[in-house]
Amino acid sequence: MKFTWFNLMPWPHLPEDFREQHHSVWVDIPSSLYDPKKGHEVYNTYLDQLEYAESLGFDGIGVNEHHANAYGLMPSPNLMAAALARRTSKAALVVLGNSIALYNPPIRVAEEFAMLDVISGGRLVAGFPVGTSMDTNYAYGQIPALTREKYAEAHELIVRAWKEDKPFSFNGRFTQLRYANCWPKPIQSPRPPVFIPGGGSVETYDFCIENDYAYSYLSFTGYKRAQLLMDGFWERVDEMGADKSPYRAGFAQTICVAETDEEAKELYAEHVNYFFNRCLHVYPGFADAPGYRTVKTIKKGALSQFTRASLGALGKLTWEELVADGHIIAGSPETVVRQMKELITGLKVGNIFCLLHIGNMPDEKTRLSSRLFAEEVMPKLQNMWPEWEHDERFWIHPLETPVETSVPLAAMGGAE
Amino acid sequence: MTAQTTEIRMLEIGNNRPAVELWEAGQGDAVVFLHGAGGLMPDDRFFQALAAKFHVYAPLLPGYGNSQGEDGLHDMLDATLHTGDVIEALGLVKPALVGHSMGGMLAAELASLAPNDVERLALIAPAGLWLDAHPIEDLFAKLPFELPELLFHDVALGEKLMTSGLDLDDPAFLSAFLVINARRLGMAGKLLFPIPDRGLSRRLHRIKAKTLILWGESDRLIKPVYGKGFAAAIANSQLQTLPEAGHLVTHEKPEQVVDAIAALINA
Repeated sequence: MKFTWFNLMPWPHLPEDFREQHHSVWVDIPSSLYDPKKGHEVYNTYLDQLEYAESLGFDGIGVNEHHANAYGLMPSPNLMAAALARRTSKAALVVLGNSIALYNPPIRVAEEFAMLDVISGGRLVAGFPVGTSMDTNYAYGQIPALTREKYAEAHELIVRAWKEDKPFSFNGRFTQLRYANCWPKPIQSPRPPVFIPGGGSVETYDFCIENDYAYSYLSFTGYKRAQLLMDGFWERVDEMGADKSPYRAGFAQTICVAETDEEAKELYAEHVNYFFNRCLHVYPGFADAPGYRTVKTIKKGALSQFTRASLGALGKLTWEELVADGHIIAGSPETVVRQMKELITGLKVGNIFCLLHIGNMPDEKTRLSSRLFAEEVMPKLQNMWPEWEHDERFWIHPLETPVETSVPLAAMGGAE
Repeated sequence: MTAQTTEIRMLEIGNNRPAVELWEAGQGDAVVFLHGAGGLMPDDRFFQALAAKFHVYAPLLPGYGNSQGEDGLHDMLDATLHTGDVIEALGLVKPALVGHSMGGMLAAELASLAPNDVERLALIAPAGLWLDAHPIEDLFAKLPFELPELLFHDVALGEKLMTSGLDLDDPAFLSAFLVINARRLGMAGKLLFPIPDRGLSRRLHRIKAKTLILWGESDRLIKPVYGKGFAAAIANSQLQTLPEAGHLVTHEKPEQVVDAIAALINA
């Protein structure tokens, strides 16, 4: 199993009546709600937590890209990964990822990812999301019906730029380069492991399976609701005759660990509520720009998780309902181990993106929950897929002897 | 107005491209009508009103109805040339060109690109220009229930026209509706998203046609002030506004719109 500690980096200071007073947490949220002085502390706390997660033994630490979004404060995940590259030494840097249709020219992604891979000594996991409609279409102005084609072209350019040993001409519809020439190149050759965040677009299944990319379902509604979608993925793996390595797939899960089930509720319920009620207050009109999803996908019934029906209800559920429906995995270590086993075997996934910081959770609670997960849950989940133990296609291959940076690892925040 | 029999058929346009759906009705002078981003409505009352006085040809843009081939149209130039090809396939020479909203933008593009082929042009609340002081609402971020308010002066009428037959609580209907919506607005987005400005202002001056620019005074989507921009750029043009009508002035005041078009064509 590969566990990645993931921080969405939400803004923790949204007002209590945010839902009533504001149209959406994303796209048109007024930036007057952001306070850069508080932001200084927020960013540094979140980065400290990611470093702390490495010290706890998480296999990876994860960042992602959102725009005009108060629950995801990383317009540039590469900046975060760069900050982490110098202050960590073992964990995979899971950048999930760069919305490659948004970079002009997209060879920029090949360059920056190569830089991160080289600086970190080959620890980069490269994520290539299409990007949500909120990010890609509304905040970044890409034409919905052309987004996937632009994405596909950008992907072709990036992967080729990593592979080629000399400059080449690239005559795309969206990008034309007479001299496509990626300096530097990644340590992991011909490419770092690639993760593709997906939300049910059927085309994405095939894309991942064909290329041995890890399909990563970043859901906020928990593992029980994900069953149908992941079953669809594994059916496609079967149909295409690929092997069934669990490392082909990953899942993001909100997790809260305390000493007891009762204590979990007491400690974390308000922060989970903050996340579902304030952070996920997305105006449904921004959920799926017409043309963003293909007709084939719509016909399969895979709609954005940000539609009114799927989100409106979450904020109203009680803690007990959220746990019972698997929207969150929460409780004592024993409870969490049991639910995690259900998730892992049910969805057949080898990669877990652990959402252990939730909403406006303060630092000490985040560290407590993370530490309990690392010390008392993770060890009991290590042997879930013994037959795939040596499948190294979907994970990093770092240098055996990276240089030592001058930052003493022991001085990192939170080491016990 | 007497109801016209509407013939709906597929029109071959050649060059191995998919046929387009064509609505045809009425007698008299030939008029080509280019619909807006919402397409034609069932029993479209503006189409009917226009067909009471003219021989109307209304081709559906690829992505709308049975017109396929939207994947082959990437941008404004593709869509404009496609429209020219459709008119040629109809065998019409210099028909009057009427366009509403996105269709008005297409009509204005065509008349700019081929100024000697268009002699009578009616632009009804056309898209295509952008004024920072009067931003056009984001049609692509609206939910179905928000549209009547945006598109009609008489919101109750708008609700009746836009939601008749819609049952979004029925999953099968919702799925079909989402596909229709994705095809239509997916295509429209290539011309209008995120800002409906594809450089038309640099070309409008080329238009030679005698041009009617018509606006509903209560248009909340593209405010009537845009009419002045079109009127200033097109030499032989006349701006007319109609009271108590919104962006879908074609559906709120169909007879008056047709009268204004008749005055243009018969002048």
